[in-house]
Amino acid sequence: MARKKFLKCIFWVFGVIFFSRLSFCAEIKDSCLGCHKALDDKALSAPANFSANDMHVKIGISCADCHGGDPSSDDISVAMDAAKGFIGRPGKADIPKLCAKCHSDSGYMKRYNPNIPTDQLSKYEVSQHGILNAQGDKKTAVCTSCHNAHNILSVNNPASPTYALNVPDTCARCHSDKEYMEEYGIPTNQIDDYKESVHGQALLVKGDRSSASCKHCHGNHDAGLPRAIYVGNICSQCHALTYDLFSKSPHKAAHDKLGIPECEVCHGNHKIMKPTDDMLGVGKDGVCLRCHDSASAGFKTASLIKDSIDDLKREITQAKELILKSERLGVEVEDALFDIDEADNSLTKARAYIHSFSAKEVNLVADEGKSLARKAKEFVQKSIDNFNYRRKWYIFVILIIFVFSSALYARIKILERTNRR
Amino acid sequence: MDREAIKNGLVRWFEGRYHIEPFKELLTKKEVPVHKHSVWYYFGGITLFLFIVQIITGILLLFYYKPTANTAFDSVKFIMTKVEFGWLIRSIHAWSANLMVLTVFIHMFSTFFLMAYRPPRELTWVSGVILFFLTLGTGFTGYLLPWNEVSFFATKVGTQIAGSVPAVGGFLRTILRGGEEVTDATLGRFFAFHVIALPLCIFLILGLHLAFVQLQGMSSPLSLKDKKEKKSIPFLPNFLLRDILAWTIALGILASLAVYLPAELGKKVDPFAPTPIGIKPEWYFLWMFQALKIIPSKILIFDGEVVGILGFGVMGMSLLILPFIDIWSRKEKRSLVFTFLGVFMLFFIIGMTIWGLLD
Amino acid sequence: MKIGILTKKFTRKEFLNYLIGISGAALAGSTLFPLVKYIMPPEGVDRDIDVSQVNAAKVGELMPNSAKIFRFGNKPAILLNTPQGVFKAFSAVCTHLNCTVQYSQETSHIICACHNGHFDLNGKVISGPPPKPLEEYKVYVAGEDIIVSKV
Repeated sequence: MARKKFLKCIFWVFGVIFFSRLSFCAEIKDSCLGCHKALDDKALSAPANFSANDMHVKIGISCADCHGGDPSSDDISVAMDAAKGFIGRPGKADIPKLCAKCHSDSGYMKRYNPNIPTDQLSKYEVSQHGILNAQGDKKTAVCTSCHNAHNILSVNNPASPTYALNVPDTCARCHSDKEYMEEYGIPTNQIDDYKESVHGQALLVKGDRSSASCKHCHGNHDAGLPRAIYVGNICSQCHALTYDLFSKSPHKAAHDKLGIPECEVCHGNHKIMKPTDDMLGVGKDGVCLRCHDSASAGFKTASLIKDSIDDLKREITQAKELILKSERLGVEVEDALFDIDEADNSLTKARAYIHSFSAKEVNLVADEGKSLARKAKEFVQKSIDNFNYRRKWYIFVILIIFVFSSALYARIKILERTNRR
Repeated sequence: MDREAIKNGLVRWFEGRYHIEPFKELLTKKEVPVHKHSVWYYFGGITLFLFIVQIITGILLLFYYKPTANTAFDSVKFIMTKVEFGWLIRSIHAWSANLMVLTVFIHMFSTFFLMAYRPPRELTWVSGVILFFLTLGTGFTGYLLPWNEVSFFATKVGTQIAGSVPAVGGFLRTILRGGEEVTDATLGRFFAFHVIALPLCIFLILGLHLAFVQLQGMSSPLSLKDKKEKKSIPFLPNFLLRDILAWTIALGILASLAVYLPAELGKKVDPFAPTPIGIKPEWYFLWMFQALKIIPSKILIFDGEVVGILGFGVMGMSLLILPFIDIWSRKEKRSLVFTFLGVFMLFFIIGMTIWGLLD
Repeated sequence: MKIGILTKKFTRKEFLNYLIGISGAALAGSTLFPLVKYIMPPEGVDRDIDVSQVNAAKVGELMPNSAKIFRFGNKPAILLNTPQGVFKAFSAVCTHLNCTVQYSQETSHIICACHNGHFDLNGKVISGPPPKPLEEYKVYVAGEDIIVSKV
């Protein structure tokens, strides 16, 4: 019994070694790499020097799988024979179809990654890039424009041009090039604007990969212009509450009727800056005035909302000043700091509720914050009173000490005078 | 007079049971010399008063203080902000500690310059120097207990210096820190040192110190030796009343400091934070710290820091046995050499402290 | 007029004795007053001093699919009893703009009312602007108490 087991074991070990050697030989047999690495022409040798992180190399997809030919032959005329499917350098316009050969085949793709989408080509065909490509535009983007032709890296690899932090610069390769974009008659400052925006800062400066970049609004494979009138649906992917409030507000119907963009009207598009409170109300920077004249109800609501926010801010500032002052005195402010944090929350929330465009709704939230700020102020005031109570106790004690020691001093003097006698 | 009767009754009650005659005689007969240097006599008394304040406030702080790395800072904060008069108790404890070190310094230097250590009071001096070391030790260990950034790093540096003592340094540092680094373990043993080990030693030595003073009376300066007419006042009640007056004034000063310059809380320890720039020990260690800082890193073939530490060791040792090495004092003569050394040390300490403060 | 008949010196000595007695008693009183006040445990302080853990709730206080906000150090935290009856605790400070989050019983999500950020019951972001998950704390039950701990 034991002997049989032993033989079985030997058999398996040799079997495994034999087959692994075999596959190793097959790898060596890829003549493309062997020759191309040795070539002097950089354009021909560079692709052969693959990064170990290349997605295709990793799973054993070889040159011939895209370029055709027979890599098992060392004879150049056989290996690069058109009859064996060799296509050489594919034409730019043909690239999407070439990639789609595999990438649109969900049955095939499942072998490597069951979750990868396979609709890239169909999306591409309706994208601005795809439409121009179909029209024979040689300059428009194809797969390789963003993903590279060789050394294609995973989207999760920070070196990949499609990595979240690299997307703006990848788009900028063409879209920020004035000369290149000239014939299309579209602006080239979007990415510069974007980099200044709150989204750009969050993504590129803070490294927050969940922040919006080009693709979040324009799409990636189906990149194109978003329909301005539906822009709210894009923004609401993240800014759900504000859009929800907006949708329920009278602005929604008005915007639909007039066909004007939603969020964009006030916040802009590429250069969306952190909103300031000056955008509210009827001041110089007030955005409401762009539509509402001074006689309208909207004008009145705008100034009411602004007042509400300003009142809350004032209460918070006052409370914070008092806290700061008390901290310097060395009195307890911990509980007040907690409350003032909550008041700050209310301010943040009230700023979101501006999008209800109802003075009542904003007031409701702001009042919550105001009462918290007042609570903090009262707490600090109590602490300050307590602190002053220290001084009262102190003055009392010092007075007593003064009386006691003067009396004692006088008494000692008398004692010593009697002693001397 | 009823009061007199009760008093006499009480005295008789004790006399019937205990042999208190010698004590009574000692107290009533005791005289305190009066001369132009008399003012220095009060500093011993004030130090005693501050020590009593430390004991009382220290016990009170123990009611709320929790000596673990997680809780120490927050419990001190709790005392400072939530407990009524907690700010006062802690501030008084902190200020009284500083003043006590100061009065110990003054007391020691005054007895040094007045040569009160000459026979027969050698042991009073020796016990006094031991008390001085114990006071510094209590200050050093107490400094860490609030577990704030300044105290944490000062302790780190302080124990590091203790670690460069030749031969026993590593051992000493491990004993002090309770491990390789200043951690929760350090806090635990510093707590034990501060609240029980060192005060207990102080109590014992202080008892001896006071007993010596009571038994031998106060020393008068050498310069008075040749004067014919010697003025003095009785210890009871004159000098005691004067002492009480001094204590009351000290209490007033303590209260003023506590109210107008309350002890700070600082920032909680973050052991992984880099050492903040300009970390300094308590002012009374500053002169040693500064001296070690400016000493060249190599003196001949020896490590500068080690030479410095050995120097302090020699100084401490000679301070302790001063009455036995000052041969002039044994013959009731002025010892110019030691007076000069003392003046030099005084200026050195003051100079180094100021340099350290400005640095 | 008793003072008038007595000699000046005697009155002064006696007066001083009385003054010393009274002010001495007052001094003792005003010194003892803070000490006595200090010994009294402070009122209305139910918070633990140790900020690395806190007694957040009592067992039975929270039904499944509910939550409560409690104070942890000087920041709010949320303790929740999931629909499956598991206790979990997170920092209640939203990772977007520091608003305090709350529990939504309808969706069984942790939500932030400021910008409608949604977190799942592991603290992970489901939707909305929050960039990072909520910091999770450890929860354990000790007798009747539910203890939340940072370490």
